[in-house]
Amino acid sequence: MDAKGFLKYNRETPKSRKPQERVKDYKEIYEDFSERKTVQQATRCMDCGVPFCHNGCPLGNIIPEFNEAVYDEDWLRAYEILNSTNNFPEFTGRICPAPCESACVLGINQPPVAIEHIEKAIIEVAFERGYVRPQPPVLRTGKKVAIVGSGPGGLAAAAQLNKAGHLVTVFEKSDRLGGLLRYGIPDFKLEKWVLERRIALMQAEGIRFKTSVEVGGNIDAQHILQEFDAVLLAGGSIVPRDLTIPGKNLKGVHYAMDYLEQCNRRVAGDVIPEKDSINAKGKHVVVIGGGDTGSDCVGNANRQGAASITQLQYHIQPSSKAELTDWPNVPLIYTESSSHQEGCQREWAILTKSFLGDKNNLVKSLQIVTLDWRSDETGKYSFQEQPDFIKEIPCDLAFIAIGYAHPKYEGLLQQLGVSLNERGNVKDSNYRTNLDKVFVAGDMRRGQSLVVWAISEGREAARAMDIYLMGETQLEGKANSELMLA
Amino acid sequence: MESDQRGLYVPQLEQDSCGTGLIADLSGNKTHALVEDALTMLENMEHRGACGYEPNTGDGAGILVQTPHEFFVRECASVGFALPEYGAYGVGMVFFPAERGVREHCRVIFNDLADELGFDLLGYRPVPTSNQGLGNSAKAVEPYFEQVFVHPKNALAPESLERRLYVLRKFATHQIQDAFPQWKDQFYIASFSYKTVAYKGQLTTFQLRSYFLDLQDETFKSAVALIHSRFSTNTTPKWKLAQPLRYIAHNGEINTITGNLNWWKSKEKLLDSALFSKEELDKLKPICGEALSDSGNFDNVLEFLVLSGFSLAHALMMMIPEAWEHDEQMADYKKSFYEYHKTIMEPWDGPASLCFTDGIIAGAMLDRNGLRPSRYVLTDDDRLIIASEAGALRIDQSKVLAKGRLQPGKILIADLEKRRIIADKELKLSICKRLPYRDWLDKNRIYLSELPAPPEMKEDMEEQSLLQRQQMFGFTREDLKIFIAPLAKNGEEPLGSMGADTPLAVLSQRSQHLSNYFKQLFAQVTNPPIDPIRERSVMSLFAMLGGAGNMLDLAPERARFMHLSSPVLTNEDLAKIRHIQHPHFKSDAIDILFKPDEQKGRLHAAIQHVCAAAEDKVRNGVNILILSDRLADANLAPIPSLLAVGAVHHHLVNEGLRGRTSIVIEAGDIWEPHHFSTLVGYGASAVNPYMAYATIMDLQEKHFFESDLPIEKAISYYNKAIGKGLLKIMSKIGISTFQSYQGAQIFEALGIHKSVIKECFSGTISRIQGIGFDDIAKEVITRHQLAFPEKIIANPKLDVGGVFQWKQQGEEHLFNPQTIHLLQYSTRKNDMTAYRKYAKLINAQDEKALTLRGLLTFRKGNSIPIEEVEPIENILKRFATGAMSFGSISHEAHSTLAIAMNRIGGKSNSGEGGEDEMRYAKKENGDWERSAVKQVASGRFGVTSHYLANADELQIKMAQGAKPGEGGQLPGHKVDEWIGKVRHSTPGVGLISPPPHHDIYSIEDLAQLIFDLKNANREARVSVKLVSKAGVGIIASGVAKAHADAILISGHDGGTGASPLTSIRHAGLPWELGLAETQQTLVKNKLRDRVTVQVDGQVRTGRDLAIATLLGAEEWGIATAALVVEGCIMMRKCHLNTCPVGIATQDPELRQRFTGDVEHVINFFHFLAQDLREIMADLGYRTINEMVGKVEMLRLKTHIPHWKYKDLDLTPILYKQPAEEGVGLYKLIEQQHGIENVLDRKLIYMAEPALEQGQGISSTFDIYNTDRAVGTMLSYEISKRYGGEGLPEDTIQFRFRGSAGQSFGAFAARGLQFTLEGEANDYFGKGLSGAKLIVVPDREAQFEVSENIIIGNVALYGATSGEAYISGMAGERFAVRNSGGTAVVEGIGDHGCEYMTGGLVVILGETGKNFAAGMSGGEAFVYNASGKFEKRVNREMVDLDRMEMADYELLRTLLRNHFRYTSSKRALHLLNNWEEAKHSFVKVMPKDYKAVLQSRIVVAQSSNVLVTASM
Repeated sequence: MDAKGFLKYNRETPKSRKPQERVKDYKEIYEDFSERKTVQQATRCMDCGVPFCHNGCPLGNIIPEFNEAVYDEDWLRAYEILNSTNNFPEFTGRICPAPCESACVLGINQPPVAIEHIEKAIIEVAFERGYVRPQPPVLRTGKKVAIVGSGPGGLAAAAQLNKAGHLVTVFEKSDRLGGLLRYGIPDFKLEKWVLERRIALMQAEGIRFKTSVEVGGNIDAQHILQEFDAVLLAGGSIVPRDLTIPGKNLKGVHYAMDYLEQCNRRVAGDVIPEKDSINAKGKHVVVIGGGDTGSDCVGNANRQGAASITQLQYHIQPSSKAELTDWPNVPLIYTESSSHQEGCQREWAILTKSFLGDKNNLVKSLQIVTLDWRSDETGKYSFQEQPDFIKEIPCDLAFIAIGYAHPKYEGLLQQLGVSLNERGNVKDSNYRTNLDKVFVAGDMRRGQSLVVWAISEGREAARAMDIYLMGETQLEGKANSELMLA
Repeated sequence: MESDQRGLYVPQLEQDSCGTGLIADLSGNKTHALVEDALTMLENMEHRGACGYEPNTGDGAGILVQTPHEFFVRECASVGFALPEYGAYGVGMVFFPAERGVREHCRVIFNDLADELGFDLLGYRPVPTSNQGLGNSAKAVEPYFEQVFVHPKNALAPESLERRLYVLRKFATHQIQDAFPQWKDQFYIASFSYKTVAYKGQLTTFQLRSYFLDLQDETFKSAVALIHSRFSTNTTPKWKLAQPLRYIAHNGEINTITGNLNWWKSKEKLLDSALFSKEELDKLKPICGEALSDSGNFDNVLEFLVLSGFSLAHALMMMIPEAWEHDEQMADYKKSFYEYHKTIMEPWDGPASLCFTDGIIAGAMLDRNGLRPSRYVLTDDDRLIIASEAGALRIDQSKVLAKGRLQPGKILIADLEKRRIIADKELKLSICKRLPYRDWLDKNRIYLSELPAPPEMKEDMEEQSLLQRQQMFGFTREDLKIFIAPLAKNGEEPLGSMGADTPLAVLSQRSQHLSNYFKQLFAQVTNPPIDPIRERSVMSLFAMLGGAGNMLDLAPERARFMHLSSPVLTNEDLAKIRHIQHPHFKSDAIDILFKPDEQKGRLHAAIQHVCAAAEDKVRNGVNILILSDRLADANLAPIPSLLAVGAVHHHLVNEGLRGRTSIVIEAGDIWEPHHFSTLVGYGASAVNPYMAYATIMDLQEKHFFESDLPIEKAISYYNKAIGKGLLKIMSKIGISTFQSYQGAQIFEALGIHKSVIKECFSGTISRIQGIGFDDIAKEVITRHQLAFPEKIIANPKLDVGGVFQWKQQGEEHLFNPQTIHLLQYSTRKNDMTAYRKYAKLINAQDEKALTLRGLLTFRKGNSIPIEEVEPIENILKRFATGAMSFGSISHEAHSTLAIAMNRIGGKSNSGEGGEDEMRYAKKENGDWERSAVKQVASGRFGVTSHYLANADELQIKMAQGAKPGEGGQLPGHKVDEWIGKVRHSTPGVGLISPPPHHDIYSIEDLAQLIFDLKNANREARVSVKLVSKAGVGIIASGVAKAHADAILISGHDGGTGASPLTSIRHAGLPWELGLAETQQTLVKNKLRDRVTVQVDGQVRTGRDLAIATLLGAEEWGIATAALVVEGCIMMRKCHLNTCPVGIATQDPELRQRFTGDVEHVINFFHFLAQDLREIMADLGYRTINEMVGKVEMLRLKTHIPHWKYKDLDLTPILYKQPAEEGVGLYKLIEQQHGIENVLDRKLIYMAEPALEQGQGISSTFDIYNTDRAVGTMLSYEISKRYGGEGLPEDTIQFRFRGSAGQSFGAFAARGLQFTLEGEANDYFGKGLSGAKLIVVPDREAQFEVSENIIIGNVALYGATSGEAYISGMAGERFAVRNSGGTAVVEGIGDHGCEYMTGGLVVILGETGKNFAAGMSGGEAFVYNASGKFEKRVNREMVDLDRMEMADYELLRTLLRNHFRYTSSKRALHLLNNWEEAKHSFVKVMPKDYKAVLQSRIVVAQSSNVLVTASM
């Protein structure tokens, strides 16, 4: 590595297309970036003695090593390193909020290394050059594994278990594979061919996929238990957190996921029956909740041509500069997503009071109140409503994007009878549920989280299952060394 | 001694070192006056000896003289028996046990044996002694002295008599000690000869004369007297350890003793002598052994050789050869002698100054490095006087014919029969030409390179992939990246920084390489490490293959060996050896493999099988034994190569077969330098690291190396780097030659069970037990299963490693993302809760231990409320931050720590880079950037009188945890204007810290430096920094006896600076061991209450502090954690100047990124102190003092989970040395520094007007060698009053006459002009700080001044400014590390101007070898009329340039000064013949320095400013 690379180059990532241009389509928003520039960006990596990035990454991506390989322009090596800890860098390279970059040591006082971009570059080069090939296992163990849910967690577990030689069947209740990757994340962030490319590979490696099969729905969960040697529950945390204010049942008030799914289907070419259609065109849109889901609603609404978009957050607006003590954690600072840049009014420290509708039960406005946030002597924050600052904003369409509460209990979980933990997620011990041969991973286990965490969970659960099935495992673990003494 | 074994104290590790001397009368005239003079001389070197806690119990003193025949005749008659004529009887000096009954038992045995061996007993004579004034501890074990006189029943020639006496002495001693092992230490025969007799004991030099009444008798006469005064690191009295021995008085240290003894053991079995019968040989054996000191063993072997027919000089040349390997100027007859004799004996390597006599000849010699002083004088009344110091015996200067010092590797002999001096050249000529060694060598010795090319090599390892083999042998990605690739690419060993915070090998839960359990030993205090780069000329890597039988035969067949220029064999080399077809050589291979089926005993059985096979092959004539693991595969796992080599080596040693063969190892588990060093250290002659080569080839094929390095080159780079690494590892313990390193076992095992040690590494210290054979097998099997899994897996790859860089899958680290973050967060937010989380993570070592202390826990105490514990302020005073130099870290980082420590009353440490004077004054807001601790390290950067005067503590850095035994280097790019100024060096020019302090080659030298520093600042305490290793307690005890006020024990794992990675990981030991050993040993020696003990090394939390305190430390140093608080994120790239947080960098842009804050640092120390107070309250201690050394409050955790370390035995650490009544466990008593009556008190008194009013004054004084550090205390007075500027030049003009003691003019400040008439000893003008020193010969002297030594070794070491004019010659290492002094001298010894960075040296006469090694700055003008100078310069860093006009002018001015001050005839002659003479001068110019000067001129010209290059 060039020990002085970080002094020579500044951070640079691909430019995004102009907002007014890109809202006209659902294509990825980034422009091309030359390989040479990517190499330069990798040169900024300081190959730290304690690589906090590597710790900050939920997958344990060995970031300094792949950066060095990119610096050496050895893309095959870079790919091998990356692939060893991450089954789907093409997803995380596009949509991960990159906690690694928050943890980057250079980020203490400079813009961090463009790790996420480098990750994406590595995997795209690898596909381009044919490094990514189906690699079916040499030997089959004869064990059969079922995975319920084809989101990032389920897919990662499937890939790993298949690698270990087990025969894997993935069950997806929806008509297409990918879970949130498919119907949650918009194409302008993750074009679906990327997902399909990966699934095709996995199929070529021998993984079986069954769509439109809801375990615990159209097939009996017990049946799966009898059929398979081990089962992984990876159904996600899909029950949205509710907003219990008056008027919530008015027409035009939707959970964000319903909207996002529909948008994704439209882009995929599905025809949505008019009666079910949620369309922002010409409407005053209010997005409640400031997370990524909310942001995705904003992006879709803009593309549909909303008249106005307002996004409400009940937290106070954070400062835009991180504190030294925030590092290496993800700082709570003001950030703007690409969707915000495309147009959105953001309101902070707001509590929703009630939706008001017209005679047709169509929502027309939303009453909100500004909050006063104070901290007490222990440093604990609390808020009080400021009655003088109650107002009503126009609202033809509202999306509730304040997170997900827990997995869906009806069907699968209830039929199996798995225990839940105090947070309402599936209780486990090292990914094993209270039931023999049943494992759990992803949001269903840890509650709503990032795609990168889902992949990590899937991988670790796969290890636990392999050990369960075979007594040992050679699957790579995030923090396991093969040199560990027995 | 048995009880000692419960602790960590290992008696074999006791060290001593000493003053030695000799007086011989060439005319053979025996006089009592000579004996008297010898005793006086001994008394005048009292300061070179030592005493323990009792001032009247010395470490030992003695004298060896010719048999005083007349005296004995009279005395024996008076006790009732008559003596025959001289030469017909033998006299033995016997130490009998004091108890009468026991004594008589011994006597009966002795008498019977004397009779049996053909002697008549003439009688016993009680030796009259007077123990008045002896200390109680000496008296308690005082032996009963008797002399025994025997007469052969049949008349014998004297030489035969001597041999028979020898047999009787050895046999009787063996028999009596076997019969009464409990009196082993009490029965001893000091001498038994017809021609010499020794008087010695546990005495101070002053007691010797009065103790032995014989010595005072006028008729007690001798023409030769050998004297010795001992400075031992231990104080447990042992009378028999006093010297002289039978032939020698030894001032030195034999670093290779373990190897020498092992090789001897092997040789002993093969002995066959023309002079001793088989039965006699059996009676002599064992000829030497472990129960003796290194000197004692040396003397025993020497004695055997001499009595077996070797001349004394011949034997010495064999045992301590000169540095001949790389000496191009050495005559061939000498080279062939040495080359031939290396087949008989490996060097007994280490610093040595010897005086010796057999009663007929007497002489002295120095080892190849010449690090111990030896000065001689020849007078016109035929006396030769040799001593460690000049002037030890006062001599009428008008009688002096010649004065000199012994040069490295040289011998000087006085032959009393021939009545003349035989100088080195004549002596060696006659010895070396006695037999046709060169012919023998030419006819018999072969070179590996001459062997025919081997048959086509086919790689038959296709079945397994390279990856599988790498996995099987334990390679990781990190090993490839960090070691193999850089070694092959650059030929240099990689650097790292920030210490090692990974678990010890035995605590690691990852499969470990067996070498990781072995820690390299290193030199500190008692012997100096060597600089393997700058002093390459004394180092040798030559190895040889072959075997030979009886060592006493000087036959041509001995020369049948194969010469290897390096022990690292390429695959082709090995193939040649494997297929050798030669009448003298037979090679054969043994597979070192075992079945990895996890059955108990598999590995052990395999080892035994390998040993048996080896024995069988050697008995069948195989003289090159190849141990190979090439055939390891899925079914058979490799035995760790180190285990196999050690086992075979020791098996063959035990069978007496080792000398008949050589061991070559061909193994896959060898890639880093440490692997090589362990293999060689345990007996391998040559090493083939085939997997390292295979890996390099693979890397090359994958284009890992830039610009496509050809493979041959990559491999030769790799081999070269390994060679360098080996030299470095050898040199850190002070061993010069590969041959003596081989088998020397310079390691301490940490975590290996004694069953393994006994069989494979016998003699290695292993104090906490650990893994056995089956456990070692498990570690191999883990790797083997990784390589050959039962189940096939896609994309297998190498493990990440994670030792040098933290990795999620890698090795554990104390500092990892969580702990670093929590520590920074807590201190930045002043959040004790966050600190507690941090401490909990660090302390949580139940599941996975990282440190030895992690296995310990506290016993339950009688808790007290925390309010009763002494306040936090008291505790804060006991903190110190680590020594980090300004230069290694930025000013911001450095001064932040200093201010913080000054605010809390703790101590920050300047490090070794000097300190800017502007930091000495307090700031307006009361903050103080001054470092309380000023370090004095080997580089002596910026160590001036003023610097020393501005300190609360002066710390002598003997070693540093990250790289004990090594020097350092600050690359030129880090030396900016500021750093250059503070270090008194040229910006842009690199700086080298030598491995040793050039004024500390021994413990008495350290005592001298402590004395110097105490003179330089009476207010400051003097501390000595040591690194933990086996024997550190013994060294600490020596240091306490050398009057240090404080001792710092550093763990091996600390260290912030840049060091070779090998050193960071593999040298030194954890502080738990070193600290516990130090406490135990100091208490045992009743010295603990005289010194403060501080500890450092990965100290992180209050728990660490509490454990350290219970183990014996009352102060604690913290470096790494303090840096982390300042913002360090363990980048571990300190050596690259790219620290992204502005700490370890001088880059102005990066320095701006520094975010450290004084408050954060203070918060941290408050947390620590509070954390500690809570533990104190819990345990029930109100004060730290109460708590120090209360090791009984610690115990081993009961539920230790891991099989690997659950059987570790930490009881030696937890052993509490019982303290005798009145012996304190912490510092209570101030040391007596002996500075109350120094000459400087007089000087200061006389200088009062100058000091107070700046008046000029002058005066004269007599001076003796006992007046040491003259001018140093006076300089302190000047610096205190006048700062760095001092007084105006020549304000104080003092004149001295006589022989000045060591360190004359040390740190002498500006304003002083000292003229010494007479001579000076070592360290003249060390640290010269502006004064003018002038030396002229005594007015009565008749000798030619410019050819005689007038000042000793290591003059002007670390001088920063000032002038010196020396009318005469100086010894070795003149102006070493001079950075600003100007000196004129008329001749110098070897290694002149070494490491010089500034200043000007003018040499008007001869120079020795290796001039200007490591010289990066300054200039030297050398008179080279003889034309020999060119060959004596080490040109690595300097050019020989022509003198320019300005140079000539400067030279002429200096010559005029020289003449003006000294009336030098040489100067006058040169000035008178200036036009002619000036052309004989040559300018020595460092290349870097020249480049910097030129670039400055270019810069100046380009900016149109005219600047002349100035100093």
